[in-house]
Amino acid sequence: MATEAHVAEGATGYIVHHLTPLSVGEGFWTLHLDTLFFSAILGGLFIWFFKSAADKATAGVPGLAQNFAELLIEFVDAQVKDSFHGRSKLIAPLALTIFCWVFLWNAMDLLPVDLLPMIAALMGVEYLRVVPSTDLNATFAISISVFFLILFYSVKIKGWSGFAKELAFQPFGPWLLPFNLLLKLVEEFAKPISLALRLFGNLYAGELIFILIALLPWYIQPVLSFPWAVFHILIITLQAFIFMVLTIVYLSMAHEDH
Amino acid sequence: MNINATLIGQMITFALLVWFTMKYIWPPLFDSLEERKKKIVEGLAAAERGHEQILLAEKKAVAVLKEARNKSSDIISLAQKRANELVEESKEQAKKESERLILAAQAHIEQEKQRARESLRQEVAVLALSVAEQILQSEVDQAKHLEILNNVSSQFAG
Repeated sequence: MATEAHVAEGATGYIVHHLTPLSVGEGFWTLHLDTLFFSAILGGLFIWFFKSAADKATAGVPGLAQNFAELLIEFVDAQVKDSFHGRSKLIAPLALTIFCWVFLWNAMDLLPVDLLPMIAALMGVEYLRVVPSTDLNATFAISISVFFLILFYSVKIKGWSGFAKELAFQPFGPWLLPFNLLLKLVEEFAKPISLALRLFGNLYAGELIFILIALLPWYIQPVLSFPWAVFHILIITLQAFIFMVLTIVYLSMAHEDH
Repeated sequence: MNINATLIGQMITFALLVWFTMKYIWPPLFDSLEERKKKIVEGLAAAERGHEQILLAEKKAVAVLKEARNKSSDIISLAQKRANELVEESKEQAKKESERLILAAQAHIEQEKQRARESLRQEVAVLALSVAEQILQSEVDQAKHLEILNNVSSQFAG
């Protein structure tokens, strides 16, 4: 449970406290330090693990770390080969990064809701939101990057004119040009927004339910939080997987010339 | 919950992570996977080849064994033939030897017989002479009757 001050503010105070990021700065130039910190730590963890596996990589009998890393690599590679038929040095590593990073973000949700915030409170940090995927900035950072990559590859593969033609003349032909354009623009912009909001929504809701469970009496908490955590293992993996697969699909669509 | 500069920070982090993965993580791990795949394919092919070689060697071994068996039976029959020849030869030799020995013995016996007869004849002659001498001491002229006695003794010998 939360500290005395928040109990005094009631359940709403507890929830709001949990969902308030640790931030510095004003207006647009606000930085959510907790999101940045945990993302960087988890990204570092991902890099460290895979780098150590890659350094020791042999074509002979693989060690435990290499085995696990290769499992993920093969899994991602199979997904990429399923939907993407071109040649690209970027897409598979991009997909691997997205899958692992988002999965690690989401996995932070499985830590007890009060554990890290309480440790932080003992060190004098008032607010701490530990799950980066409950921050729209984090999810949009990836989806907007993917959006830029979609634009980049669309232009690179089809050329400026080809891409413009696709935007203007499809799907209904040149006579309905404004309508086509509107539809295509909505379609393109819907991609990053849906990507980011889907992940954010799932994890935000999941975290909220953990917080609500934490508000219940202690003897009810395990009965509810255990099944929810088990169910959440599925959700966090699934959300990371969906984010990765959709990224691959969008980028392969950008590569396809109509 | 509002969008702010955190977004930019996160995008930079993301770009760095993707760059690092693309440059240092994906290639070595993926290459080792591919290399292992190739190794396994090669290993399987080598095993297949080894299997074929074993079959070939087995066939060869069977042929060699068959040849050896043939040769050994040839050798055995040759040896048997030779042994039979040897036995025949030695039989022949023994027969000849025995014949020779028999002839030699017969000759020896004949010689002995001759010699015994000779000595007997002389003894008889001497005996007869002395008998005749004693009987006819006074009236028989030794020189006159010697011819008759010699005749008699030569008849003994005949």
